[in-house]
Amino acid sequence: MANKTNFILHLHPEQLPASTLRYTHTFGLGGMAALLILLQIVTGILLRFVYVPSPVQAYDSILFLEQEVPFGQFVRNIHHLGGVLLMIVAFLHLLRVFFTGAFHPPVRSGNWVIGLTMFLLILFSNFTGYLMPWDQLSYWAVTVVTSMLGYIPVIGSSVTEWVRGGSEVNATTLLTFFNFHTAILPLTLIILMAFHFWRVRRAGGVIPPRPGGRTGDTRQVNTVPHLVVRELAVALVLLAVIFILALFLDAPLRERANPAYSPNPAKAPWYFMGIQEMLMHFHPLLGAILLPLTFLTFLYYLPWINYSPRKQGVPFYSDKGKKMALVSAGIALLLTPLLIIADEYWIHFNQWMPSLPLFISDGIFPLILYTLIFAGYLFWMKKKYTPAPSETVQAVFVFFLITYTVLSLTGIFFRGPGMMLMWPWKI
Amino acid sequence: MKKKKNTQKIKKEEPAVPPQEQTTSRRSFFRRTWRWLALLAGAELTYMGLSFLGAGRKKEKKKTEGNFTDIASVTEIPKGSVFPYRSGRLYVCHLEDDGFIAVSLVCTHLGCSIDWDKDKGEFLCPCHHSMFDIRGEVLNPPATRPLDYYPLKIENGRILVDLGHPVKRKHFSKSQETYA
Repeated sequence: MANKTNFILHLHPEQLPASTLRYTHTFGLGGMAALLILLQIVTGILLRFVYVPSPVQAYDSILFLEQEVPFGQFVRNIHHLGGVLLMIVAFLHLLRVFFTGAFHPPVRSGNWVIGLTMFLLILFSNFTGYLMPWDQLSYWAVTVVTSMLGYIPVIGSSVTEWVRGGSEVNATTLLTFFNFHTAILPLTLIILMAFHFWRVRRAGGVIPPRPGGRTGDTRQVNTVPHLVVRELAVALVLLAVIFILALFLDAPLRERANPAYSPNPAKAPWYFMGIQEMLMHFHPLLGAILLPLTFLTFLYYLPWINYSPRKQGVPFYSDKGKKMALVSAGIALLLTPLLIIADEYWIHFNQWMPSLPLFISDGIFPLILYTLIFAGYLFWMKKKYTPAPSETVQAVFVFFLITYTVLSLTGIFFRGPGMMLMWPWKI
Repeated sequence: MKKKKNTQKIKKEEPAVPPQEQTTSRRSFFRRTWRWLALLAGAELTYMGLSFLGAGRKKEKKKTEGNFTDIASVTEIPKGSVFPYRSGRLYVCHLEDDGFIAVSLVCTHLGCSIDWDKDKGEFLCPCHHSMFDIRGEVLNPPATRPLDYYPLKIENGRILVDLGHPVKRKHFSKSQETYA
């Protein structure tokens, strides 16, 4: 027993504030993400015993897995579901850290950067795994996404060709993705995970919910058993939910990949659908490269923006901050669909000004229009609420978060054949 | 971090060696040598790694040059229509001025395969609704440039296409056509 406790104390401090134990303070998201990574590694190793990473055999090996291998379908379902959940849980974890202000320098900013990098690695893990079944869904999703790289100025087409190992998605692409998916990315993730945990401990554990917590509770309690039983409970519930869902939800598998016919519509994986939706409205250089990069830079730079007052552990900074976040969410929720519909049916800069280069009529003009609307929103918010910088940053963050969510949902559920806008039940 | 620096400083000060001797001391010479060797070893390993990884990627480019494949007979493709050659990922198009052009079926926007709409006489991409005319020129964005075309020649009434060498272009021009 003493040994077990010692091992746990590598991860956790001996004692921790009782106020951090409340489930709704962290929702146990970081721990859930760690457990999901472990689950992916275990199921992934099992899958490796059956899967063959070559275009000729990959699809057949998946069929063999599903039809012949005992529990094959079940293991594949868990791995698929686990991958999807990992993306969602890791992102929610990022949101929790942001909204409780647990990313400020000097103590926690480094871990924000590591966490964000790990999120990107999870994204790449999902994406590289997406190609493995070598069916129509995976082949064309990877074709679409790797083509986006082609719009990087000057070096774009050589980057695409290098990533694919050829002019189109082929055997080299599959083998490369397989290696990234099963060796390079998991290894890097494990190393970064250790680093991430260590830095949480060095920062004194998870951020406490304002001094003493809401109830003024300043007690310290022992990690074993108080924290550990809670972690165990969350872990068991999560595993139970995944196993039960995996019994009923089969991981998708379409027809064998056919490089000559793309399905209609051909969509990117769901987590890239927001970007694909942006491509419907902006020139590819903006929609696929510059705008996503700008937002990513904003995320990385977040801890070093000037926040005053800087509050930690208080959800949404203040009541005003909470209100502004809600209003921003509401505006983005209404504005984004309106703009999508307007651009789809009424705004056609390229047809009004056919002589202009597409980058200007399809890129710069829509961007200026959007920037003006955004500036209007910001100006109105500042005038109405006279917020502190931290509250403004949070409102803007929420605004873009909801915008991207709406874009993704539109792409996933409201785009039918030919990527035309339509109701989900008519697709 | 600060603590470490302090201890290092103290260590440095310990040996009572005059400063002019310290700069050329054996220790600093070896330290510099080790650094350069480490750099060299790093460069070597990087070079080895990259060449190893690059080997599998060059195959694609070694395709035999000017290898023309027999696609169809001239008479098989009426004027204003296209002949799909899916396994080679291209369409052979018979233009109104009686010229032939082989255009790639890969959409220049994001690489989906385009379909021919017989009634409208244009190519349509199922991914983002780009449209191209029979010559491969963009009718409707988001595609930003015309479809690639392939070198094509006509011998004894047969259409031959060089499948290994798609050509990028900014505009359609007559020189891309071949006449029977």
